Amino acid sequence: MNQKTLIGILLDEQTELSLDELSRACASSTEWVIELVEEGVLEPIGHERALWRFTGTSLQRARAATRLQNDLNINLAGIALALDLMDEIQALHERLCRLETNNNT
Amino acid sequence: MEFKNYYDIMSLARDASQDEIKRAYRKLARKYHPDVSKETDAEARFKELGEAYAVLKDPEKRAAYDQLGANWKGGQDFRPPPNWDAGFEFSGGDSAAGGGPAYSDFFESLFGQGFGSARDDRRPTGFHARGEDHHAKVLIDLEDAYHGATRGITLSTPTVDSGGHVITKQRTLNVKIPKGVKQGQRIRLTGEGSPGLGDGQAGDLYLEMEFKPHSLYKIEGRDVYLNLPVTPWEAALGATVKAPTPSGAVDLKIPEGTTGARKLRLRKRGIPGKPPGDLYVSVTISLPPADSDSAKQLYRKMEQKLAYNPRSKMGV
Repeated sequence: MNQKTLIGILLDEQTELSLDELSRACASSTEWVIELVEEGVLEPIGHERALWRFTGTSLQRARAATRLQNDLNINLAGIALALDLMDEIQALHERLCRLETNNNT
Repeated sequence: MEFKNYYDIMSLARDASQDEIKRAYRKLARKYHPDVSKETDAEARFKELGEAYAVLKDPEKRAAYDQLGANWKGGQDFRPPPNWDAGFEFSGGDSAAGGGPAYSDFFESLFGQGFGSARDDRRPTGFHARGEDHHAKVLIDLEDAYHGATRGITLSTPTVDSGGHVITKQRTLNVKIPKGVKQGQRIRLTGEGSPGLGDGQAGDLYLEMEFKPHSLYKIEGRDVYLNLPVTPWEAALGATVKAPTPSGAVDLKIPEGTTGARKLRLRKRGIPGKPPGDLYVSVTISLPPADSDSAKQLYRKMEQKLAYNPRSKMGV
């Protein structure tokens, strides 16, 4: 049992993760994260690799990309496409959800 | 323990070829992948599928599984017969104890400890190694994102005990949910993952925020949507009405001549943050029921006095 209250770091748009931190958080190599950047799946801030900073949102995408590769064997271009389509489906789904409740009242 | 019918799980006949097994796996993996699927049990289905495939793709394991007989049904109470695996050779264990995916008791009893000659150990074995990171999902209320909150969170972690068995350990953490969190955002708790080996640092714990469905509000990013019913006279004549918001009730001005499907924006009344979200109020007009003589008379009076035809522009 742990009684004290833990205060974590919220990984939001303002949070910045380094290349190493991001690779570690999605349990993969820095090479893999670099490939994701080159494919345009992740968009770091900064030009030089050593100075790359990623937002908290990148972590969600990087982890989903890693799972898609490990579990479904999808190549990079496929992962990029799948993630974009999934974002779009999510947005449509939220909208649909909202509109459906509008009509029920 | 329950018998698992791996052929049923993969929708395959018992005489399926190895190619068919592979194809079925690929197809079902795409269907039930937790990142792709919207079905609520996708994660459990995907795990079950992975386990079925781990057995059926491996000719040795499949042959051993097959000789249990075709009469078993999924869910039936099962004990492995003594020496059931005599004459089978297993190369490379798939046991969950090595840090791979956690498989069912059924799988572990057949192919777990003892059968795998070489344990599948993908973790770094160096003397000093950083502990593993852990990831978990936490359900929170919309109100928590507005005010911040402290939540008790119970996590179950599969660990290996001194005897080599996989056991589930539970621990409870009190975690501060910061104001302004959004759906899908993560909180990192440094050092709350697995302990490191030797001098290695402990891993981190990542908590993914997920909103519980709310009876009044819908959430999109930091914007919040509310449906507010008003009476025909409030809409027609204008009025100030009470409206609920996650940060407390507000007085909302309904402009004169509001028609159905009007959307009002309350700036910065969505989830706080930089920038804060907005609260959108969709006004819908709710008709009073004509369930008494006096109500019916009022509707008749409107019919006579207002001469209103909402279909006038439809050419009928």
